Amino acid sequence: MTAPVLDPVKAPEETPKGDPPWITIVWNDPVNLMSYVTLVFQQLFGYSHEKATKLMLDVHHKGKAVVSLGTREQMEHDVARLHAAGLWATLQQDA
Amino acid sequence: MTAHFRRRPGGVSVRLTAAEAGVLRQLVSDVLDLLGGPEAGNDDPLGGLGTDPQPPADPALARLLPDGYRDDPQAAGELRRLTESSLRAEKVRNAQAVLDTLPAKGGSITLAGDEAAQGWLRALNDVRLALGARLEVTEEMDLAAEVATEPTSDRSYALVVYDWLGWLQETLIRSVAPGR
Repeated sequence: MTAPVLDPVKAPEETPKGDPPWITIVWNDPVNLMSYVTLVFQQLFGYSHEKATKLMLDVHHKGKAVVSLGTREQMEHDVARLHAAGLWATLQQDA
Repeated sequence: MTAHFRRRPGGVSVRLTAAEAGVLRQLVSDVLDLLGGPEAGNDDPLGGLGTDPQPPADPALARLLPDGYRDDPQAAGELRRLTESSLRAEKVRNAQAVLDTLPAKGGSITLAGDEAAQGWLRALNDVRLALGARLEVTEEMDLAAEVATEPTSDRSYALVVYDWLGWLQETLIRSVAPGR
């Protein structure tokens, strides 16, 4: 959701229109079980078993996967929730 | 060691031998010590005045409390200042809940409700993360071969325990997973 820009001269400082969004990345690690990573994706993001499994396999085979995107604040929240579950997650601006 | 979780009416249950319960108690206590240990200085509001906290030097603790930014130490420090104490508190809560429900001399326990099972699941995972970091576990390592080479070493004992924890966690996941 975006609010209408009332004063176009005074551009908002945070995530001006056209800026790439922020993304949350989960990285592969040798300890977390594949079944656990899938379950966490289902629980935290409400993803289907199919989508959660695909993301888990991307993490496992490609070393990482983008699991969510949005504002910086939203991604910091997602990273905190993933850390609480023990997954190795970081956020960054989408290049 | 053959303990495994099962879905039961009213929750998930597991029967642990005294030895299994003892191993779990020791490992979960170790994680609690780690989370509340000397490196807990990041929580001191005056200790890091003017500077953002750094990732823990201990690899096991660093794995439990990782950076939120990969290539931006400053942003990672700022986020750590805001989130680390609550992350630490949540992990302590889960570990403590396991210690509170572990049968002292072994026996059956039932975790009633999603929250109790989730707490156990995350605490078990934290134990494996910390132990995996200590043992420098890799995806390529052949655990069985390594144990067979030197079956009586301390490392082999720890690897067997690590393997058992993974199996135990897998049975808990199967008991709580929503499936397809």
